[in-house]
Amino acid sequence: MEIFIAIAAVLGMATIFGAVLGFIAIKFRVEGNPIVDQIDSILPQTQCGQCGYPGCRPYAEAMANNDEAINHCPPGGEATIQELAELLGVEVIPLDQEHGEEQELPSVAYIREDECIGCTKCIQACPVDAILGAAKLMHTVIVDECTGCDLCVEPCPVDCIDMLPVAIEQNTWTWDKPAGVGESSVERIPVTNIQEAS
Amino acid sequence: MAFISVTSPHSHRANSTAGVMQQLLLATLPGVLALFWFFGWGILVQITLSVITAVLCEAGILYLRKKPIAFYLKDYSAVVTAVLLALAIPPIAPWWIVVIGTSFAMVFAKHLYGGLGSNPFNPAMVGYAFLLISFPLQMTTWLPSEGNFGASTGVENTLQLIFSSSPADDASNYDAFSGATPLDELKTQLDLDQSTDILQQQDVFKGFIAGAGWDWVNVAFLIGGCFLIWRKIISWHIPVGFLAGLGILAAAFSLYQPAQYASPLFHWFGGGCMLGAFFIATDPVSAATSDKGRFIYGFLIGLLIYIIRTFGGYPDAVAFAVLLLNLAAPTIDYYTQPRSYGHDKPNRGTAKKDS
Amino acid sequence: MSRNTWKFHGGIHPPQNKQQSVSASIRQLPLPDKLILPLQQHIGAPGKVLVSVGDRVLKGQLLAQAKGFVSANLHAPSSGTVIDISDQPVQHPSGLPGKCIVIETDGKEQWCEIHPIDDYRQMDATQLLATINNAGIVGMGGAGFPSHVKIGTQQTISTLILNAVECEPYITSDDLLMRERAAEIIEGLQILAFILNPKEILVGIEDNKPEAIAAMRRAAQESTEANPGAPCAVTIVSVPTIYPSGGEKQIIQILTGKEVPSGGLPSDLGIVCHNTGTVHAIRNAVIEGKPLISRITTMTGNLVTDPGNIEVLLGTPVSHLLQHTRTSANQIHRLIMGGPMMGFSMRSTEIPIVKTSNCIIAADDQEFPDAPPEQPCIRCGACAEVCPAKLLPQQLFFYSKSKEIDKAKHYNLMDCIECGACSFVCPSQIPLVQYFRFGKGEVRKSKIETDKSDRARMRFEAHQERLEKEAAAKEEKRQQRAAANALKKEKQAKAKLEKEAAEAANPSTAASTAQESSNEPSNNDADEALETLKSNATKASKRYQQAKKALQMAEKNGADNIDKLREKILQLETKASDAKKALKEALPSPAKKIPAKSDATPNNTPKETDTSAVIAAATARVKVKKAQNALMAAEASDASQEVLEHLSTNLNTARTELEQHAPSEPTTGEAQ
Ligand code: SF4
Ligand code: SF4
Ligand code: SF4
Ligand code: SF4
Repeated sequence: MEIFIAIAAVLGMATIFGAVLGFIAIKFRVEGNPIVDQIDSILPQTQCGQCGYPGCRPYAEAMANNDEAINHCPPGGEATIQELAELLGVEVIPLDQEHGEEQELPSVAYIREDECIGCTKCIQACPVDAILGAAKLMHTVIVDECTGCDLCVEPCPVDCIDMLPVAIEQNTWTWDKPAGVGESSVERIPVTNIQEAS
Repeated sequence: MAFISVTSPHSHRANSTAGVMQQLLLATLPGVLALFWFFGWGILVQITLSVITAVLCEAGILYLRKKPIAFYLKDYSAVVTAVLLALAIPPIAPWWIVVIGTSFAMVFAKHLYGGLGSNPFNPAMVGYAFLLISFPLQMTTWLPSEGNFGASTGVENTLQLIFSSSPADDASNYDAFSGATPLDELKTQLDLDQSTDILQQQDVFKGFIAGAGWDWVNVAFLIGGCFLIWRKIISWHIPVGFLAGLGILAAAFSLYQPAQYASPLFHWFGGGCMLGAFFIATDPVSAATSDKGRFIYGFLIGLLIYIIRTFGGYPDAVAFAVLLLNLAAPTIDYYTQPRSYGHDKPNRGTAKKDS
Repeated sequence: MSRNTWKFHGGIHPPQNKQQSVSASIRQLPLPDKLILPLQQHIGAPGKVLVSVGDRVLKGQLLAQAKGFVSANLHAPSSGTVIDISDQPVQHPSGLPGKCIVIETDGKEQWCEIHPIDDYRQMDATQLLATINNAGIVGMGGAGFPSHVKIGTQQTISTLILNAVECEPYITSDDLLMRERAAEIIEGLQILAFILNPKEILVGIEDNKPEAIAAMRRAAQESTEANPGAPCAVTIVSVPTIYPSGGEKQIIQILTGKEVPSGGLPSDLGIVCHNTGTVHAIRNAVIEGKPLISRITTMTGNLVTDPGNIEVLLGTPVSHLLQHTRTSANQIHRLIMGGPMMGFSMRSTEIPIVKTSNCIIAADDQEFPDAPPEQPCIRCGACAEVCPAKLLPQQLFFYSKSKEIDKAKHYNLMDCIECGACSFVCPSQIPLVQYFRFGKGEVRKSKIETDKSDRARMRFEAHQERLEKEAAAKEEKRQQRAAANALKKEKQAKAKLEKEAAEAANPSTAASTAQESSNEPSNNDADEALETLKSNATKASKRYQQAKKALQMAEKNGADNIDKLREKILQLETKASDAKKALKEALPSPAKKIPAKSDATPNNTPKETDTSAVIAAATARVKVKKAQNALMAAEASDASQEVLEHLSTNLNTARTELEQHAPSEPTTGEAQ
């Protein structure tokens, strides 16, 4: 008799706890992004294809599904690799130089507009539609939307596209990181005093 | 002429890390003197040995790590670690004890974690714990306290004691001189079903509170600690929390069964309590950060010390309690972030991606 | 009358160094030759320039107009000529130049027309607000937030605070202003009170300025006596001297005990807080009708022989000030604009005084020695003890240094007011504020980057989608055409077979009809030929439609059928081409037809174009053929969908090309 009571008790508890756990699982479910989305959100979205995929998302898919290495994205550089490593729980590895080098400064494309012949080739190449223009008319780059992917430079038959680093202005300037332990973070500016000289 | 470009603020209070460390050293002076008075030359020898070892170790590692040696040595942090460790070691412990302990502290507890400011554990206590586990006998053998700056043992005798023995020596060598500390003795006696009444009877307990000499040593450290608080080198939170934790448990137990459990006073002024409360637990690098966090941190150390002292296998417990709480410090920090200006409530836990 | 004050967390007591500059009263300098006026002297958008080089301007004339709501007007501080509008060194810690209007003064100090208001109480609040707005007044304590934005708040204001704390060491400009012009400041407060209608007006002054407190009390007293009906009395509160009690958030906490919510504004609490200089400027704008063209600046530092407070025209280069205060400029080591706690070091003496320049400190390395090298943080907590925002600077430092911006934000990095108290006390000499500024920069950058990459992602996806749609549309067309061709060929093949048969029966008639339709160069006949060709075309297109439907049906029946159909198509095609060969034998080549027809068109297109059109048509046809071959080969070899799609796109483009070049050929399909 007792054995049945014990079994019943155990079963009862199992049911109750199961129900509670199930309820909690539903109630507090974490709406996690699919891993591809999470990876994609880390990638810089330059869409340059330097990773060997036709854009960031395909690379993200390859990382998620085919264990592609995390160090193939030069525009993202170290920072992206670190974030990816953290997300995917793998080790941080240096950028694969075969795919290109990390650039110091972000750059954007500028079309030398008087040289542009309006061939629309760059429009077709731009992955983010950042170039405006129509056939036979001068083209121009929407600087704010350009990701600096370089893809428009090569197709241009008259070589009128330049990749120029984005200039730092007063409102985009930020303080440098101090030099660190053992250093005094002082910058010396040589000055010639006009007042004194005259 | 050159202008300099530098971030504000342009003026700075005249203080430095080296200054902080020097004041800390200064504050240990009363304690050192008390130990010297009661336990003789040994303590001075130990401090000297320890400081030399620490500085050599630090310089060596800095050399290996290709860091500017003089720059780092100047911060005195190695000296502080060395002195704190030496203060915790029995004055007649053989020389190799302190050398091993100090180098272990410097190499493993400090530099392997990245040097000053990056060590999660209090280096002095790591060294101490390491010694206590490896050489329990040497580490628990104290001379009986005597007074008179060790006049009766004498310098030569002490030096001989310290330098003559090697790890291979039989411990019986110095059985003749040595004895246990009052804390130790109390534990042994209580285990033998004696009551705390022995506190009044035996020689070793003959101080005014907690055993011959020990109470004065603790008073001396308390004075040094007050100096530190006065100089704003440490905040009151950790020591007060520490003593409160220890005192509350001790009071509760001794009220419940006075015959079985020693009074809070005995605990406060026995063993390395004050040294721990004001000098060891307050090591800022490995402690909790916010005021509230520090109080909790100190309080928990106090509780742990009582538990280990009373129910654990080791006579004194400062080292283990501090190390355990070092482990817990980050967690305490997570939950004790102060409420910043303009926020309804403090942030809790770890950072979320989009917080 | 003493009022309850509250304490804020932390705070420090840096050496005051105010006595150097308080002994002399406010003075003026000779007019500088050149005034350099940066367009950006305030937070918000720079103004729109209204003058051009060579223009003569009068004192007080509007030079640049506010652009947008958070922006401010800029006026000429003196009369003269605009000699340049270009990038000049300006008051920015980066040392980057900014756009400036440079005026060469003519020494006449000729005012433009100004409109003083005799009795502001007769005006309504919006008019006064407009006056203040037009005068280009911004917060003169350092931040430079346009004042009309603060005053124009829609929220109900219960407390108006005058921040006369001036907690930064060295600076005494507000102190002197209060000592000498207390009545005017009180008047300014009354104007603000008239606009905002608060319940109370509080003036917070640090207790290290007893003269200023006394002067303000006297002036407040007199003002209440003079206007018994004034909306509310001014309460002067002496607050304890502690840095940074002059921070807006801190003075609000001191005077009211309330905290401005993180990310919020004082007006969320029903509080508006203004700086002494600002209120004085507001008074001048309303009562005297003068825009903001000058300010009181403290000149101090151990290299200044005549330290003191100077009423200086905006745009005056610092070098002018240095010269007239007899400063040994060649010994300067640090030249600071602002106070020693929050000011920034200038890189040139040619930087002009702007609306926010409350102090210039010229110091050598005795006064402000270079910071010793940074040491590791020992987590002593001294910084957290003094932080007025109650942050944990040591954690912020740690996370800023390692660029862990999420964690830094979690520790409320963005609530740091950059007061410098933590750096001031840090025993390890860590430039904490610079780390925080760096960290904040990283936060901003990462926000911009995420925004940009989100946009790029969206645009990329849109781009992809568009490409896919185009490809799909083309694919559909291709299939339709293929089906149409198939059916048409079938029919044509039949028809031709019949024709062949007929020809075989009666070759001469066939030949003659063919001749007729092609070889008649006369205009009328050409027209007729055109007509026939047209009707042929319509017929063909009708057949297309039918064929399309047929293929769609076929498609619905499944892939097998299609394959079979394709096979059939192939067979039919061979048949068709056979048939066509036969036809060709009987007919002159279609290439000849076209020039004939083109010649006939009324606009008389030159022959050259026609030949080129023919060539183009021919090449197009070749392309179509090639494309189709490739497609078929690919289909046969089980190539991937992408390749097929690609090829079919090619084919379609080629076809369209062909259609363009030879639009009148109904038998295009056949030419394949
Ligand atoms: S390499 Fe270019 S396309 Fe590939 S993930 Fe990086 S930014 Fe995107
Ligand atoms: S404009 Fe050129 S560089 Fe910029 S995103 Fe488009 S293709 Fe890339
Ligand atoms: S004051 Fe300096 S050394 Fe002390 S905790 Fe703060 S940052 Fe670290
Ligand atoms: S600078 Fe920021 S972190 Fe430092 S004391 Fe001021 S508010 Fe606090």
